[in-house]
Amino acid sequence: MPVLWLRVALGCYGVGLLYALVAITRSSSDLLSRIALHAAYLGMVFHLVSLAEAMKLSGQVTLTSVHNIESVLAFLIMVVFMIAYLAYKTTSPGIVVFPVVFLLTFVAATGQQPFLFMSPGMRTGWLLAHIGLILTGYAALILSFGASLIYLLQERTLKSKKPAGILSRLPALEVIDQIGLRSLLLGFPFMTLGLIAGTVVAQITFGRIDFLDPKILLSVLMWAVYLVLVYTRWTAGWRGRRAAYLAAGAFLAAVVAWSANYFSTIHRFVQS
Amino acid sequence: MKFHLIGVNHKTAPVEVREQLAVPESRLREALERLMAQPGIEEGLILSTCNRVELLARTRNGSDDLRAFLHEYSRLPPSELEPHLYHHRELEAVRHLFRVASSLDSMVVGEAQVLGQVKDAYATAREVGAVHSHLDLLLTRAFAVAKRVRRETAIGSSAVSVASVAVELAKKIFGSLHGKHVYLVGAGKMSELAARHLLAQGAASIFVANRTYERATQLAARFNGQAIHFDQLYDTCDRADIVITSTGAPVAIFRREHGERFLKARKNRPMFFIDIAVPRDVDPEMNRLDGIFVYDIDDLQQAVSSNVADRRKEAERAEAIISREVERFQARLQARDVAPTIVSLQDHLENIRRAELDRVRGRLGPLSPEQASAVDALTRGIVSKIMHSPVNTLKSAARDSEAMAVIEVVRRLFNLQDPSPDEPGESD
Repeated sequence: MPVLWLRVALGCYGVGLLYALVAITRSSSDLLSRIALHAAYLGMVFHLVSLAEAMKLSGQVTLTSVHNIESVLAFLIMVVFMIAYLAYKTTSPGIVVFPVVFLLTFVAATGQQPFLFMSPGMRTGWLLAHIGLILTGYAALILSFGASLIYLLQERTLKSKKPAGILSRLPALEVIDQIGLRSLLLGFPFMTLGLIAGTVVAQITFGRIDFLDPKILLSVLMWAVYLVLVYTRWTAGWRGRRAAYLAAGAFLAAVVAWSANYFSTIHRFVQS
Repeated sequence: MKFHLIGVNHKTAPVEVREQLAVPESRLREALERLMAQPGIEEGLILSTCNRVELLARTRNGSDDLRAFLHEYSRLPPSELEPHLYHHRELEAVRHLFRVASSLDSMVVGEAQVLGQVKDAYATAREVGAVHSHLDLLLTRAFAVAKRVRRETAIGSSAVSVASVAVELAKKIFGSLHGKHVYLVGAGKMSELAARHLLAQGAASIFVANRTYERATQLAARFNGQAIHFDQLYDTCDRADIVITSTGAPVAIFRREHGERFLKARKNRPMFFIDIAVPRDVDPEMNRLDGIFVYDIDDLQQAVSSNVADRRKEAERAEAIISREVERFQARLQARDVAPTIVSLQDHLENIRRAELDRVRGRLGPLSPEQASAVDALTRGIVSKIMHSPVNTLKSAARDSEAMAVIEVVRRLFNLQDPSPDEPGESD
């Protein structure tokens, strides 16, 4: 059943994806963004039902399957997107958010074999904290990345001096900047605390931390990029192109760190 | 219906003529009263703005009264006034009013002001009692049509003056203009206008720098702003979010290195340069810097003309809406006129019947109740037989476009009074 609900949610996010594609290619209509928004609400409801059922089915903590984690991440991204929408009344970050969410949900909804975490003896509290915090950090980072892409689009439109052009419905530059900055600043403590929780988990499980393990190495690298991103924004007010490159870098590092699950020796999902 | 509309607007009459005809607000009531004093006028309305003077009325004798009023009021000889006047009758008058209220007849198509002006004209005419029944219906409809046009087309959505385009662009960059600082470099009419627009949208403060400090203080005082010595320009300019330049300098006064300096001081917060000077005050190279947006007068003008073209396209859609609305209004008016006509026809024939009955009563001698009711029934039958065909014709005419003609014929044939439209059914 959880997968069924997830697939329904996927259908709803598909409408959002459609909106994103249309919005990129030509001027987005108010109607379409309203439809996308309602579809997204609906998708989130089904998504939540799916997550809750999955949790109920497996007893307690189900964050042990990679597909569940993708599903949770997609949900968190939608939550962050909706918060940004409620605060700024713009669906423009959806141009980036919807494809990411759709992809994650798609993988989660169609993935056949659930991978399970090894080391079942771990203290679930710390593990849960680790996963939850890191995923929220990811979600905020993705929204921030989306915002910097839209910033670039809007900046280019304004520089091209054809303000009647296709993207004129995008929110004002400073508003996009605020969305990007706020979600970045919001995500950073989550990411940091998540990594700290991760080290605690590693300590408890293995008694030591292997810094040469690719997963840990890449995670630290990602965190460092994130730190640079926050720092440059904070002190020099970097935005626009440079901020977008940095955010893209952090996003890339996050994806790589994520995929490191597949070749890390200590932090991996195993076939059940 | 008997709607007549005569007037002049910016297309038909030069300002010299329009100002002769213009009715200032303070004299509008008096003018309305004089208009209503014309013999054939039943309802009237005067719309006087800087671009048009129009009289809309329901009159018994065509536009003669309206013309008479205009000649009397303006003291212009007919030969001078006549060539500029337009005259719309009936549905054309309705259409014209709808177009005016929807800002399709405006100098700047789509501007929002004219609707307010029509509303004011209506309010005053109502107070004076010059508007009731038909014009009331017409004006209320015109407001609804204007609203619909605004809602369903994008006619009023884009800025069509250099100053308002500048404001719109500033909003695209900064979102809200609240708390933003504006810097005027050089003093000129157009930069002053742009500054005024920005302030009206919430900009926080204004700095003014000018070659002659005297002039800067004057201008700053007008905006409650701060005058700055020209040699401190580069040290103070980073405080401004929006810079409007209009100096007569022969070479650019803002170059790339200045932009870099400003951005550093501002921690890369964006800056918007509005360069309305020719030759330009801002080196176009500046626009290449991330976070600096430079629009010169041509860029702004281009945005204006593309918006104007957009509006023209939208105006076509608006015209289609108005055509449909004119038809709907006509149908409503006809339905409104047919019912009272039927009622007054019935009353008319009933009166004849009663009068004839009374007249012959004496000659018939005393009648038994049965005989009396038989006579009554006989006469009623004749009347309703006569009524049958015209009433049916009227009812079916209410649905097509000939209603007015049919009503007119019926009224003339039976010599009916005009119905009192306020209380239909109480004619005579």
